[in-house]
Amino acid sequence: MQPFAYAAPTSIVETVSLLTQHSGQARLLAGGTDLLVQLKENRRQAALVIDIKRIPELNALSYSPEAGLRIGAAVSCHRICAEPAIRQAYPGLIDAVSLIGGAQIQSRASLGGNLGNASPAADSIPALIVHHAVCEVEGPAGRRDIPAEAFCVGPGRNALQAGELLVAIRAPSPPPRFGAAYLRFIPRNEMDIAVAGAGASVILNEAGDTIVSARVALGAVAPTPLLVEAAGAALAGQPPTAEVIEQAARIAQSVAQPITDMRGTASQRRHLAWVLSRRALEQAVARAQATR
Amino acid sequence: MSSATPTIEKPPYRVVGTRPIRPDGVDKVTGRAIFGADVRLSGLLHGRVLRSPHAHARIKSIDTRAAEALPGVKAVVTGHDFPDPQNKVAASGEGTVNLRSLAHNCIARDKVLYFGHAVAAVAATTPNIAEEALKLITVEYELLPHVLDVREAMRPDAPLLHDDLRTNEMGQRAETPSNIANHTRHERGDVNQAFAEAAVVVEREFRTSMVHQGYIEPQNGTALWNADGQISVWCSTQAPFDERNQLAEILGMPVSKIKVTPTEIGGGFGGKLSVFLEPLAAMLSKKAGHRPVKMAMNRAEVLAATAPTSGSYIRVKIGADKNGCIVAAQAWMVYEAGAFPGSPVDAGAGVIFAPYRIPNVLIDAYDVVVNKPRAGAYRAPGATNAAFASESVIDELAEKLGIDPLEFRILNGAKEGDRRADGPVYKRIGFIETAQAAKAHPHYSAPLAPSRLDPEGKNPAIKRGRGVAAGFWFNWGGKSSAWASLNPDGTVSLIEGSPDIGGSRASIAMQLAESLGVRAEDVKPAVVDTDSVGYNDATGGSRVTFGTGWVAWRLGEKLKQQLKARAALLWEVTPDQVKAEAGVFSCNGRSITLKELAGKLDETGGPIVASDTFESDEYGPGFGVHIVDLEVDTETGKVQILRYTAAQDVGTAIHPAYVEGQLQGGVAQGIGWALNEEFVYDAQGHLLNASFLDYRIPTALDLPMIDTVLVEVPNPGHPYGVRGVGETPIVPPAGAVANAIYHAIGARMTALPMSPARILEAQGKA
Repeated sequence: MQPFAYAAPTSIVETVSLLTQHSGQARLLAGGTDLLVQLKENRRQAALVIDIKRIPELNALSYSPEAGLRIGAAVSCHRICAEPAIRQAYPGLIDAVSLIGGAQIQSRASLGGNLGNASPAADSIPALIVHHAVCEVEGPAGRRDIPAEAFCVGPGRNALQAGELLVAIRAPSPPPRFGAAYLRFIPRNEMDIAVAGAGASVILNEAGDTIVSARVALGAVAPTPLLVEAAGAALAGQPPTAEVIEQAARIAQSVAQPITDMRGTASQRRHLAWVLSRRALEQAVARAQATR
Repeated sequence: MSSATPTIEKPPYRVVGTRPIRPDGVDKVTGRAIFGADVRLSGLLHGRVLRSPHAHARIKSIDTRAAEALPGVKAVVTGHDFPDPQNKVAASGEGTVNLRSLAHNCIARDKVLYFGHAVAAVAATTPNIAEEALKLITVEYELLPHVLDVREAMRPDAPLLHDDLRTNEMGQRAETPSNIANHTRHERGDVNQAFAEAAVVVEREFRTSMVHQGYIEPQNGTALWNADGQISVWCSTQAPFDERNQLAEILGMPVSKIKVTPTEIGGGFGGKLSVFLEPLAAMLSKKAGHRPVKMAMNRAEVLAATAPTSGSYIRVKIGADKNGCIVAAQAWMVYEAGAFPGSPVDAGAGVIFAPYRIPNVLIDAYDVVVNKPRAGAYRAPGATNAAFASESVIDELAEKLGIDPLEFRILNGAKEGDRRADGPVYKRIGFIETAQAAKAHPHYSAPLAPSRLDPEGKNPAIKRGRGVAAGFWFNWGGKSSAWASLNPDGTVSLIEGSPDIGGSRASIAMQLAESLGVRAEDVKPAVVDTDSVGYNDATGGSRVTFGTGWVAWRLGEKLKQQLKARAALLWEVTPDQVKAEAGVFSCNGRSITLKELAGKLDETGGPIVASDTFESDEYGPGFGVHIVDLEVDTETGKVQILRYTAAQDVGTAIHPAYVEGQLQGGVAQGIGWALNEEFVYDAQGHLLNASFLDYRIPTALDLPMIDTVLVEVPNPGHPYGVRGVGETPIVPPAGAVANAIYHAIGARMTALPMSPARILEAQGKA
């Protein structure tokens, strides 16, 4: 591990200034569950590590049915999962966030870090996509929003520009008769990175017999998490039947572009994209129906 | 949790068969136990290793000047700093090792033979400086074609790893170089005729991947090469005396100059029988002006460059007559030796048909080098691969014959007097009793265990099945030495040289306590360095509770004889008139306790000590029969183990809790091997999954409670009937799991691991 400098700014402005000064040489530290391991194993280099846990806005977590959900970029997974109102309103996100590590990792790892690390297999990102989440970033040019599905641009690469940092993740309050789910496949029951993952969300009509709109997103089957818009389009206006779900899952499978690596084979992942999309949709529909 | 099935009446032991607290327990749970990482000496330097990024390459040059110039760097070594030992074979655990190969494995000379092969090492004042110095070493490589697959490596046109390797073809040395190091054959009767006459014949081929022991504590070693030529080494090892010998050859020093202190060990399973870092640390110490050097691997190094066990290709053919009697069995086995000859294929050949009585046998076993790390021992080395193949075929035969799979095994089971497929005639063994115990266990007649993936039974994609398999391990006797001294309070200090990897301090101390007539808690065992106790073979081959335990039994007897003499002195009688019973010495109505007598040592002639050594081939082999219930998510290929029962002939269980622990541990590792563990190499021969994230050993969440049945068939070759117990339990699981998967989904799995991707493939789904 290379020696590095350490800074712990208390404001976003200060952080943006440090990032700008050390362009490309600085890394942000929240829980450190990815970064510290990467630095120790020489998989990432950093001349400066900037600890963002002392910035109040990045540690703020708020939810109300009116304003929706806002998660500071440094908020730990454990804090998100500990809020009953959030658990109720964002079931797909909770499915994903609760999968990120065991109890010790949960209390360190942040949702912002999971996004920033931009792993194609990140569990939280397909879930954020199906919850219509938006990433709020700030940089030298001020604040802007990036939809969750556009945040990752390649394996380990995100859409942040020089000097920018992720401040918070926002998700709108779910409408009535909304349901969401995230499922991943791992060979063991813990300790693994997703071989494939799928998130799904649906909004049902008042009668509960028609899907008003839906989203399906995949993880670990492409260089970035994928929003499968065609699957959502195929579901909209249709009854939530096994056949309709099957068709959407097949569409999701068809857009997967997986690779073979030490965690799984391309054909296994393509197959799992179908299985997991179908199961996630079934669960999302069941949850939406349960809210009626 | 466990049921004991005593099949032969045991004498009324007072200590043997009880469950005292382990003597090393408090130190371990409070963190006081000294592991290799805890060794700190004044002036300590830290060593790191530069490793090959290539699977096979010639080293054209190594330039270490920039590294040596880095402030804080005290020494750099390469292969050329070491003498080149002769081709000489020495003991390594229950197997052997060629010391020249071992030297070249510790640090490459002219060629690197696998990804991760050590090329140079640096000692510096901090680990970070050592790490940075590695980046300043320039190695010029000439890439050579490599070979990873054993059957490709056997081809005449395959890239050769060693220009001087000639096949030992059943005793004849071949004339041309080859990657096939050895071919052994075991032949009895006429298999071709027997197959032709058999009512049912099943033949299948199997593949298994290279797997790692997965011990928690990485290899480490601290060495001090003193200015007077004395070399002290502290390391995590199962075999301090073997390592002393290996160090002597690799460093070109006499054994008398080398002292090896085995630190507490965080798992070995056969992976810590030989040196890796220790010679590098010693040579760095010498070059750094005789400062001590400490080295420890990280997990990636452990996985890429220690001694995992062989992947293999095995073809098995078994035939039976219409009554279900096996008439012939044939196996063609090829094991990966890794970069240097010495895979456990011959052990595999001894195991593959061991549980059965078979009149006609033909086994061909090939040891083949490939560009992977040197294969080592892993808990019953070579056996799991073999039993996976044979037990899958046995299961299929039983099914074709319409015979219950355990009944089929009992019908064909080997007994005392039967000849094992590779030659030896069995003495008293307990295979039949073990198979009967498994068959009688409630698990075998119970309905399939309830689903975990689908508790409500709503998902038709979830299928459940049950499988059984048997397994065998030779066990080993080897050589042991120990000594004991009686303390004035009546306790005994027991000084032994067998590193305690599985609770052996307790099981050895208990045997001394039994024979002397004291409580287990009155014996204080200590594992000491190679200068402080006589020679001991490795802790391996499930031999220590048997062999070192035998010595402990003798030590107790010897102390008792001397105490009788002391009592006789007090009472003015002859020693043979004194009786000793449960720690009380008596004669003609007078009696004195052992503790009282110990208090009178000074008045009766001074200290009492005893020492003894042991060598025996009377170790008894062990058999296991396992039952597993599992479920398969046929859509994802995921397997969940639901219920597991392991029955084993354990001889006499000295400390039943530790015997149960050995069975459970072996099953846990066997299930990992069966389902997910494998070394994944890319086409260039780079190991891709050198971490515990991607080398998937089972977690606590992946295993059910593992039930054990201790079948006690005492070994007539041991005073307390001990048989080794630690290795047999890893042998049956892969076969049992494969058979259960078949009964769940109807597909025969013929490759390990039976990963989700393979299970999807077997169903034609991916």
